[in-house]
Amino acid sequence: MHASDPSRPAAPPAVFVDSLTKSFRAAGGRRQHVLHSVSFRAEAGAVTTLLGTNGAGKSTSLACAQGLLRPDGGTVRLLDEDPWHSPATLRARVGVMLQDGGLPPAQKPLAYLGHVASLYARPRPVTELAERLGLNEFSRTPIRRLSGGQKQRVALAVALVGSPEVLFLDEPSAGLDPQSRQVVFELIEEERARGRAIVLTTHLLEDAERLSDTVYVIDRGRTVAHGSVAELIGHDSPPSLTVSFAEGITPSWPAGLAPRREGGAYVLDAVDSPQLLARLTSAWAEADTLPVSLRLERRSLEDAFLALASEASHDLLEGSRA
Amino acid sequence: MSATAPLTREPGARPAPLALRCLRQALYETRSILSNGEQLIVSIALPLMAMIALTWLDLLEGFASSRINAAAPGVLALCVVSVAFTGQGIQTGFDRQYGVLRSLSTTPLGRGGLITGKGLAVLVVVCLQVLVIGLVAALLGWTPVAAGWPAAALMLLLGSIAFTSLGLLIAGTLRPQATLAVTNLVWVLLAAVGGLLLPLSKLPGLLGTAATLLPSSALGEGLRAALIHGRIDPTSLLVLAVWSVLGTAAAVRWFRWE
Repeated sequence: MHASDPSRPAAPPAVFVDSLTKSFRAAGGRRQHVLHSVSFRAEAGAVTTLLGTNGAGKSTSLACAQGLLRPDGGTVRLLDEDPWHSPATLRARVGVMLQDGGLPPAQKPLAYLGHVASLYARPRPVTELAERLGLNEFSRTPIRRLSGGQKQRVALAVALVGSPEVLFLDEPSAGLDPQSRQVVFELIEEERARGRAIVLTTHLLEDAERLSDTVYVIDRGRTVAHGSVAELIGHDSPPSLTVSFAEGITPSWPAGLAPRREGGAYVLDAVDSPQLLARLTSAWAEADTLPVSLRLERRSLEDAFLALASEASHDLLEGSRA
Repeated sequence: MSATAPLTREPGARPAPLALRCLRQALYETRSILSNGEQLIVSIALPLMAMIALTWLDLLEGFASSRINAAAPGVLALCVVSVAFTGQGIQTGFDRQYGVLRSLSTTPLGRGGLITGKGLAVLVVVCLQVLVIGLVAALLGWTPVAAGWPAAALMLLLGSIAFTSLGLLIAGTLRPQATLAVTNLVWVLLAAVGGLLLPLSKLPGLLGTAATLLPSSALGEGLRAALIHGRIDPTSLLVLAVWSVLGTAAAVRWFRWE
């Protein structure tokens, strides 16, 4: 960020979480360890995503970073302060959207948004947020009668109304119809462009891929991998070709190439040059066969995620055997 | 932030002043109470009905110069329990279940501001109740001892603190449905035999003695001493002060925000 001035000390990240542990007392007095070792950092002007299945510990990690839960161990810093015992001046710089919304059911959306706005010295205009998030269409309906997606939009407005420097969004796209999802994503990207640090959780790989600058994969209370989406997918690895032909046609393959069958299609890994692709298509041209479909693609984040999760569970098994 | 900070500090990322935040939360909570039909029934309608019933029946005969003079102070005591204990307990229990407490405690308001706002809202509604009940009682011929009002105000304040803390304690430890059941049941019990509406001397032997230590009887007796006889009752004052301290300490210790 300050590469032009190496003498300047590196600024602390907006959110810094290292080796975070947290356990709860379960029924019967037994302690249930929810977080074993979660680490992540979020920088200003970037979207940092905690990605994991339901119950992986994403929301608990966020609650510790927000100061709602007290960590058992590890380091948690929010804007270089301790979020537990955070003073009002720190809370004013942080916006939070909880997974369940945290909205009072008897209130009307704009009245409640106006109330939260009144807790800040210079809040964002309520009318502007209501316009952007389409809250006016249901401004007279009590929150209890709103749909899940409408509640999500109100909760996002509540998180944004103080113009926070750090924005925590727990599953921001859950329950949204495609149109409101688009609006929410645009707002997130806008906040990133304004230099805000955005931390979001999701179990939807599609959202993580679309929004994130950095992804942290959380699995059973541990950070098991992190990097940019490109790094996690492994952009250096060459793409695979998936091709299928009409029934009854046996395609010919250039010498030395042995595709594997996957469903009804042929998959050929490491198609790493245009020349190789040309050899394939000319072999089919000679035999006068036309593929029904032809797809050249890199590994998706989903593949990478599944590989990481199975790796992690393999490690766990190995660990318990040892 | 120092100059090294990469974060943009646009104006707006600052809290409103502390007093203003608490005041706004108090107004918000007051509006919530006054726009909630069930709360209004428990806070205004039922105490009014109790007061009218007590002027018809001869339960309080001979306790003061008139039935309404004997009844009105106890009705004010019941009002405090209605709004502080039952009303705020139920409201806070559901706020907790819906995550409203979590959500608001991440805003500049914080946990302290949230509780302060709830407490102030109780005081505002108690003042409104005193006005409404006092007005209706005056129409029924109520003549409180004017010199007793400062003592009565002190009792109302301490009673509000004690019962708000007890209501929050229940709301912060039980499920909201259980809070609803418990606070309503306790309200009925305290109204009938807890020394709120009926003086302790009207209760049979042992029950009356045991009830002396209840915050409800202290509040009822304290208000009756103030508004019927114009004097401050030291036992009531002491009992209410102890309950205020214990209730607040217990609520701080055991209240769960999640």
